[in-house]
Amino acid sequence: METRWIGRSLPRLEDERLLRGRAQFVDDVALHGALHVAFVRSPFAHGRIRSIDTSAAARMPGVHAVLTAEDLGRLDAPGPVLVPPPPIDGIEFHARTPAPLAREVVRHVGEAVALVVADSRYLAEDARDEVFVDIEPMPAVGDLEAALAEDAPRVHQDLPSNLAARTRQSRGDWEEARRAADLVIERRLVYDHGASAPMENRGVAAVWDERAEQLTVWDTTQAPIPVRGAIAATLGLSESQVRVIAPFIGGGFGPKIMFYGDELLVPWLAMRLGRPVKWIEDREESFFSTTQERSQIHHAEMALRRDGRILGVRDRFLHDTGAYDPYGLTVPINSQCTLLGCYDVPAYDSEFTCVFTHRPIVTPYRGAGRQHGVFVIERLLDHAADELGIDRVEIRRRNLLHPDRFPVRQGLIYQDFTELTYDSGDYPALLERAAEEIGYERFRAEEQPELRAAGRLVGIALVTYVEGTGIGPYEGARVRVEASGRVAVATGVGTQGQGHFTSFAQVVADQLGVHPGDVRLVTGDTQEFHWGTGTFASRGAVVAGNACHAAALEVRRKILRLASQELEAPEEDLELTGGVVQVRGAPQSAIPLGELAQRANPLRGAVEPGTEPGLEATSYFGPATGTTAAGAHAMIAEVDPETCKVTPLRYVVVHDCGTVLNPMILEGQMHGGIAQGIGNAFFEELVFDDQQQLQSGSFMDYLLPTATDVPAIESHHLETPSPLNPLGVKGAGEAGAIPVGALYAAVVEDALSGRLEPGTRIDSIPLSPERVYRLLHPDSEHTAENEGHEGDAR
Amino acid sequence: MKPAPFRYCAPETVDEALELLATGDPEDEVKLLAGGQSLVPAMNFRLARPGLLIDLNRIAELASIATRDDAEGSILRLGAMVRQSAAEHSPDVARLAPLMGEALPSVAHTQIRNRGTVGGSLAHADPAAELPAVMLALDARMHLRSVRGERAVDAGDFFLGLFETALEPDEMLTAIEIDAASAVEGSCFEEVSRRRGDYALAGAAARVRLDADGTCRFARLTFLSVADLPVRALEAEQMLLGERPHDELLRAVAEHAARREIDPGSDIHASSAFRRHLAAGLARRTLATAVSRATAAHGATDHGGASS
Repeated sequence: METRWIGRSLPRLEDERLLRGRAQFVDDVALHGALHVAFVRSPFAHGRIRSIDTSAAARMPGVHAVLTAEDLGRLDAPGPVLVPPPPIDGIEFHARTPAPLAREVVRHVGEAVALVVADSRYLAEDARDEVFVDIEPMPAVGDLEAALAEDAPRVHQDLPSNLAARTRQSRGDWEEARRAADLVIERRLVYDHGASAPMENRGVAAVWDERAEQLTVWDTTQAPIPVRGAIAATLGLSESQVRVIAPFIGGGFGPKIMFYGDELLVPWLAMRLGRPVKWIEDREESFFSTTQERSQIHHAEMALRRDGRILGVRDRFLHDTGAYDPYGLTVPINSQCTLLGCYDVPAYDSEFTCVFTHRPIVTPYRGAGRQHGVFVIERLLDHAADELGIDRVEIRRRNLLHPDRFPVRQGLIYQDFTELTYDSGDYPALLERAAEEIGYERFRAEEQPELRAAGRLVGIALVTYVEGTGIGPYEGARVRVEASGRVAVATGVGTQGQGHFTSFAQVVADQLGVHPGDVRLVTGDTQEFHWGTGTFASRGAVVAGNACHAAALEVRRKILRLASQELEAPEEDLELTGGVVQVRGAPQSAIPLGELAQRANPLRGAVEPGTEPGLEATSYFGPATGTTAAGAHAMIAEVDPETCKVTPLRYVVVHDCGTVLNPMILEGQMHGGIAQGIGNAFFEELVFDDQQQLQSGSFMDYLLPTATDVPAIESHHLETPSPLNPLGVKGAGEAGAIPVGALYAAVVEDALSGRLEPGTRIDSIPLSPERVYRLLHPDSEHTAENEGHEGDAR
Repeated sequence: MKPAPFRYCAPETVDEALELLATGDPEDEVKLLAGGQSLVPAMNFRLARPGLLIDLNRIAELASIATRDDAEGSILRLGAMVRQSAAEHSPDVARLAPLMGEALPSVAHTQIRNRGTVGGSLAHADPAAELPAVMLALDARMHLRSVRGERAVDAGDFFLGLFETALEPDEMLTAIEIDAASAVEGSCFEEVSRRRGDYALAGAAARVRLDADGTCRFARLTFLSVADLPVRALEAEQMLLGERPHDELLRAVAEHAARREIDPGSDIHASSAFRRHLAAGLARRTLATAVSRATAAHGATDHGGASS
C-alpha cells in the first residue's frame, strides 16, 4: 500500500527549529567584524534638500562612512518598475520609483536621505544624530481628493498633476442596466488598509569575499532570485558571483516582495568597505521604509431588479499609491477584479485613478486590494437588500454564479495580465454551509428578537468573496534521492512561515513513497535553485507545489525505470513504499531508494550513452491562468453601547481552495489571515496629520490585534479541485484577511439596527470604538482634531 | 531605536542613590531607573536622553511590602521598588487595599508588571496610568526623601500635571503608605481600553462606605485618562454623602462627574466626547459595584461573619 500524505494534518516539520529558537533569521547570521548601517530619514513629508552636512558625523569614532545620494555613483538612480502595467486599452501610467537615497526632494516622512556605517548600531545612531540635514519644508498632501485638486502640492514636479495612473475596464452595458433597473443604489465607500507589521522587520546582511570574488547576501525577501539578478546587474557582477539567501523569515505578507534601495546599498557597502555589513530595520523605521497599503475611495452604483438580481455595477475609485509606484497597478487591479466576487454581474464599468500622495509607498499587503473590492460589492448588496426588503443572505443567494457556469470568463484583465477566469467552484454550497453552520435562519427568527428584547445589541452577518490566486509565470523545483535514501528538494520561492517545509515534503513523499520527515527542503537560496520569481499572490502551493509534484513524478519515473531493470519486473508491478521500491506485495524484492540512487550513479564502469546520473529531476510549473479560491465568512457579534466595543461571539469560515495539502497548515493560514483582517477592520489605522506625519507610528498606537481580540474560529473546507494544475490546489494565503472588513461593517450595522438614525450606514473601514460611538451619538460634540482625522479617513 | 550614550550607576542603598541624585550631572538630566517600562522605550526612541542613569534595582530596602498598626488601624507600606506583579499577588494588598489589587491586573501585561514598579509608575505620573488614580482614591501618602530629609505628601498634592509631580529634582519617592480599607467599605476599579493591556481610553476607581441603614458616609471617585493628571470628582463624592445610593442617583452622580469634573483630551483613539461618555458609564458601574460590595460587607459584619 502506498501511503498518501497529501490531505493529512502532519505537524510542521520546521516547527522544532522555530520553537527551540534554532532557526536562522537574517539577524542571526554571525558575521565577524560586521559593520552596521543606520539611515538618516526625512522628518518632513515634502521638502527640498538644501544641504546635508556629514562632516561631524564622519569624524566620530567607530564611524566608517557617512554617505548621501551624491556618493552613490551609479546606484544613485531611480529603482526598477517591478511590475509593469497590464496590457489594458487606454491605460495611463506614470512610473515614478524611489532612488536608494533621496536627492533634491523628499516625498514622504522617513524617506532615506543619508546613511551611516559604524562599528555598531549604537554608534551608527549616535552619528546619525550628528548628520545635519537642512530641508526646506514644502506643503504636503495626503487626502486623495485634495491631491487631485488643481492647486494641490505636486508630489512629482515633472508631472502635470498627482494622477499616477488611470485604468478603465468594463463589460456589458452599464447604461442599459441602469435604465432597466428597479433600484439603483449609490454609495461613497472608503476602505483603508494598513501596515503588514511582520513579527520580523526587514533586514539585509552581506559579505564580499575578495579572494573568491563572491558576494553573499542574506535578505528578508520573498523574491531572492529577482533580488540576485538586480544586485548582480547593478554592481556589475555575474549572477553566479551573487548568492542571495532568504533564510527563515518572520512573516512577509507582501511588502517583502519589493526591491528596496537598502537591499542594494548593503551589498554595495560590503564590497566598497571590504567588511561584512548588516542593516536590520527597526520597528520605528519600518512604518516608513517598508511599503504598506492604505485607502481607496469608491463611488459605486449598483443597478438591481426588484427581485434583487444585479443588473450591473459602476464604480469609480481613487487609490492612494503613495509617493512612488514601483509595483505598478497590482493593488487597484485586484480591487477592480475582485469586486465582482462570487456574483453574476452582467454589466460592469470600473475605472480607477491612482493618486500620488506625500505618504509612504503602497504595494500589496495580504489581500492586496481585494479587501477593498469585496467591501464595495458586499456593502452594496447589504444596502440593496435592505432597500428591497430582501434578507441580506437571500439577496446573495439570488446572485451567486451557478456551479455549471465554470469556467467563468470575466472579460477583465487580472494582475497576471491574462483574462480573469474563475476555473471552478461551488459558491451556493459555500453560502449555504456558512448560513447553516452559523444558524442564520434560527438566529434571525428566534435568537436575535429575544436578545433585542433583553436590550442587547447583537448582530449577524455573512459575506462571500473570491480570491484570484496561484498566478504565473512559473516556479521550479529539483528533487533528488540521496545515497542515504533521504530526499533533497530545492525550490526558488522564499518562505515566510507558510509551512512549505512540510506541505511540499508531503507532495514529494506521496510520489516517492518516503516519509515527509525524510524530505529536506531548501527554499530561497539562489545557490540551490536559481529559476523562479517569488512568493506572492497566494501562489506558493499552487505554482511551487506543482513544480515539486512534477519533479517528484519525474524522479518516480526514473526510480521505476531503473528498478524495473534491476528487479526484472514490469514497472506497473512495482510500488514505492516505506523508502523502498519493490514488486507489489513482495517485500523480499525491496531495494532501498538510497541503494538505487547509488546504482544510478556508478563511480566506475560504463553507462549507456545518454544516461543521466542519479535519481534527480528538475521540473517547472507555469499555469496558463490563476486559480480562483472562494469562501464565505459569517459572524455573530455584540456591540456594547457603553464601551462601544465589538465582541465577536461566533466566527464561521467556509472556504474552498481545492485540494487541501495539509488541513492544519491551512487552518493556520485562515487564523492568521482573519486575525490580520480583524486588525484591519477594528484596530489598526495609519493616521496621518495635515503635515502627513504618521500619528500611529508605534505599537502603542498602531494596534495589532492580540490573542484576546481574535475569537475562536470555526472553519470548514469544501474541496472543488482546480482543473488548472495536477494537484488541484488553489491558493489560500491571503483568503482569511479578505472579507473581514466587509463582515465587520455588516455585523456592526446589524447589531445597531434600530439604534441608528434612519439612513445611517457604515461606509468605511476601519471601525473603532470611537466610530461606533459616533454612529450611536451623531450629534455629540466634535473636537477639531477629530474633525481633521475624520476628514482624512473618509 | 538605540539609546544615546549615558552614564550608569547602580547604588545599593537609598542614601547612596540620594547622594548621586544630589550631585547630579553637571550638564545633563539625571534619571532614576526603576522598572524601566516607560523610561527605557523613551530612551530607545531618544525621546529621553539622561546623562546619568541611577539604577534603583539593587536597593533591597525599597522592595518590600510591610504592614503596621497604629491607633487608627492598619497601614500598608509599599516600597517604591515593589514590582507591580508582587503587589498584585500580595495578600496584604488584597486585604488592606483591595482596590489596588483589583486595578493591578489592568496595568499593561504580566511581563510588564514583572518589571514595572509601583513607585516607578507613580513618579512617572502618566495620567493614563492606573496606579496614580488608584492612589488618589486610596488617599495614599507618598514618602519622599532627599539628602535634605524626608517628607510625606498626600496623593492629592503629589500629582501636579502631565508627567509632573511634587518631587524636587533631588528627591526620590521611597515608599507609599495606605490606610487599610474599612471592613464595611466597598470599592471597584474598571477601565476601557482598546485592547487588553493597553493604556485605558478612560478608567474609574470608586470607594464607598455605608451606614447600617445604607446611607453613604464616605465616597471616593477618581478617574484616569480623562485629563492631564488623575482626577478626583469631589462634587460627585459630595452628591453621595448622606444619601442612600440608588440607580438613578448613581447615574446622576456619574453624569455630573463626567460632564463637570473632568477635562478629557482628544487623540487618535478617542475624542473628548467619547471619553466623557466612557467616564460616565465607568463612574456609574464602579460606584454601583462599590455600593453593592459595601452593602454585602455590611451584611457580613452585621451577622458577625466578617472575614479577615
